[in-house]
Amino acid sequence: MTSLSETPAAPLLLKAPTGIRGLDEITRGGLPQGRSTLVTGGTGTGKTLLGLQFLVAGAREHGEPGVLVTFEESAEKVTADVASLGFDLDGLQRDGMLIIIAFPVEAAEIVETGEFDFGPLSLVLDDAIRRIGARRVVLDSIEVLFGAFKARAIVRTELGRLFGWLQGREVTAVVTGERADDALTRHGIEEYVSDCVIVLDHRVHGGVATRRLQVIKYRGSTHETNEYPFLISVRGFEVLPVTAVSLDYGASSERLSTGVPRLDHMLSGGPYRGSTVLVSGAPGTGKTTLGAHLIDAACARGERALLVLFEESPDEVIRNMGSVGLDLGRWVEAGLLRIWAARPSAFGLETHLTILAGLMDEQKPAIAVLDGITSLTHQPPQADVVSMVARQIHLLKSRGITAMATTLVQDDEASGVGMSSLIDTWLLLRNVESNGERNRLLFVLKSRGTAHSNQVREFVLTDHGVELADVYVGPGGVMTGSARVMQQGRERSEQLEREEQLMRRKRELKALAAQGQAQLAVLQEELAAQQAELEQIASREARLAAEAKATRAALAAQRRADPG
Amino acid sequence: MTPPRDAGGDTDDAVQPAASAEETWELRLYVTGRTPTCVRALANLQRACAHWLPGQYHIEVIDLMENPRRAAEDQIVAVPTLVRMHPQPTRKIVGDLTDTERLLVDMQLRPGPARLTDERG
Repeated sequence: MTSLSETPAAPLLLKAPTGIRGLDEITRGGLPQGRSTLVTGGTGTGKTLLGLQFLVAGAREHGEPGVLVTFEESAEKVTADVASLGFDLDGLQRDGMLIIIAFPVEAAEIVETGEFDFGPLSLVLDDAIRRIGARRVVLDSIEVLFGAFKARAIVRTELGRLFGWLQGREVTAVVTGERADDALTRHGIEEYVSDCVIVLDHRVHGGVATRRLQVIKYRGSTHETNEYPFLISVRGFEVLPVTAVSLDYGASSERLSTGVPRLDHMLSGGPYRGSTVLVSGAPGTGKTTLGAHLIDAACARGERALLVLFEESPDEVIRNMGSVGLDLGRWVEAGLLRIWAARPSAFGLETHLTILAGLMDEQKPAIAVLDGITSLTHQPPQADVVSMVARQIHLLKSRGITAMATTLVQDDEASGVGMSSLIDTWLLLRNVESNGERNRLLFVLKSRGTAHSNQVREFVLTDHGVELADVYVGPGGVMTGSARVMQQGRERSEQLEREEQLMRRKRELKALAAQGQAQLAVLQEELAAQQAELEQIASREARLAAEAKATRAALAAQRRADPG
Repeated sequence: MTPPRDAGGDTDDAVQPAASAEETWELRLYVTGRTPTCVRALANLQRACAHWLPGQYHIEVIDLMENPRRAAEDQIVAVPTLVRMHPQPTRKIVGDLTDTERLLVDMQLRPGPARLTDERG
C-alpha cells in the first residue's frame, strides 16, 4: 500500500483532479492531463455523473472550463438530472465555465447511403473549446454513434480521427462507453482511449446491489487496482477507498465516558473522542446495552447521537434498554438521539452508506453506535461486508465521530480480523458457562494509545444498567455469577468460623489463666497459713524452753544448791 | 442509450397526403467545406433532383465550417447530411448519396401519387 504522501515516481505526468472524493486518492491525483480517460460500465452505473462531476470540479475548483457533449440526452435533461446534486450547470454555462452540446442521436431517424464523416463533431467541439478556453471535455457516450450508424468501418475510422484530434487539443477528456459482457466496451472504443480506463459496475448479490469502481489501467502512473464501492449521494459521486483510512483525520486526546464508570477506568478514562470502539461478543452478552450506555452518557452531556440498528426496531431497543434502567426515549424526544433501523437485506451496501452519510449530515452526531453490523453478513460475499463496514467506519472517522460498532461473533478473536486495523478499542464480551449458568465476561482486547487494564471483569446487567464486578479467581479457575457469589459466601463463612474458633480458644485460654491465678492464690494462702503455723510452733517452743529454764531455777533455789 | 428503433415512423408516411405535382422540395445539405464526400454528395443530389424533380426543388447548402454552432443547433453529427425540410415530415439522410435508389426511397423525390413503397425497416 502506498500512502498519498509519497511522491509518484513519474512526476512528469500531470493530473487533472476529478473532485470526486476517493477517486483522486486511488489515481494518486486525478486523470491524466491532456489525455483521454475511458469510463465504462453498464446502464445506470454513474458514468455520466462521473463525467459531470469532473467538469463541475474543474470549473468550480480548478478554474478549468469544460465542454460536455452528450449523445444520449438533451442539455435540459442533463441539467435537471444533476440539479439535485447541487450542480448548477445553467449557472456555470452563464459564467462561461461550461458548454453543453447535445446530440441526442435517434437511430431510427438516420438513413445513410455512401460515405460520411464526423467533421461536425470536431467543428462544434473546437468552437466550444475556443469560446471558453476549455481544458476538460466529456463525451457521453460516444458509443451511441455505433448504434446510430450502420457503417461500422466508417464510424471506427471517424472516431479514431476524432480522438487523435482531441489529443492534439491537449484537453483532458472523459469518454464514456457501454460495458459489454466480454469486452470493456460494446464497440471497442478502448482502442482509441487507452491512457486510463475506469470501470464502473453495479452488481447484485443476493438481491442487493452495490456499486463499484476500478481503475484497470493508467498508463505511466501507479494507481490502486482494487475494486472500490462508491456511492451516489446528495453530494454526488463518492468513492470510499479503504486505503485512505487514517491518513486525513486529526486525533483528539479527549477521553469520553462510556457511561460505565468501571469500564472507563479500565480504559484509563474512556475511549478517545473520535475513535472507534468495537464490541464483539456472542448473542445476549449485552453488546447493545453497552452501546446504549455510551449514547446515554453522550446525550446526558448534551451531545448528539446516532443509533443505527441492524437487528431490532427502535421501539424494541427503547423498551429493552428501559428494563436495564436506560431511558433512551427521552433523548429521542429531546432531539439529541436519532435512531435508524436498517434492514440489511432491504438495501444494497452502497445504499446503506448513502443513507448513513445522509443521516450524519442531518443529525450531525458526536457519537454513533452501529448495532449489530454482523447482520450485514446475511449478504454474501463476506469480503464485501468487511470492506463495507470498513468504509462506514472510515466515513465516521473522517467526520470525527466517536463510533461504537457491535458485532456478533461465535469464535471471538478470529472473526474481527478484517476490521481490526480500523478499530481503536476492542472490547470482547464472552459467555462463560459453568454450574448450569452462563455469565458474561468483559475483556479489553486492545485499546490504542491507552494503558488499558489487562483484567477480566464480570459484566453484570442490573436494573440500573451495566456494572462491572471483579471476577473471583479461585483454585478452580475464574468464577462468575452465582459460583462467584457462592464462593464468596463460602469464603465468608469459613472466615467466620475461623474467627470464632480463635475467639473460643482465646476464651478457653483466658479461663485457664484465670483458673491458674485462682489456684495460685489458694496455694499462696496455704503457704501463708503454713508459715503462720510454723511461726506459732516456733514461738511456742521458745516459750516452753523459757518456762522449763524458770522451773529448773526455781527447783535449784528450793534445793539451795550451789550456784552454778 | 439507444432507443429501440421506431418502426412506427414509417406509418406516418402512409397517412401523409401524396405530394402534388406543384409542390417544391425544400432540401438542405450540410457540408464541411469542400471535402470530396461533400462535393460528391452535392453532385449526386443535384443530378437526382434534376432528373426526378425538374423545376420543383430548392437546395440550400449549409457549410458548417462557417458556422459550427449550427451543427449542434440542427443536430448534425455527420456530413454530408441531407435534410428534406418540405414536404413534411422532415427526413434525414447521411452519406454521399451514391445510392440513388435509397435517395429516391427515403426522400420520396418522385412527385405525384405514384410513390415508391417504403422498404426501410
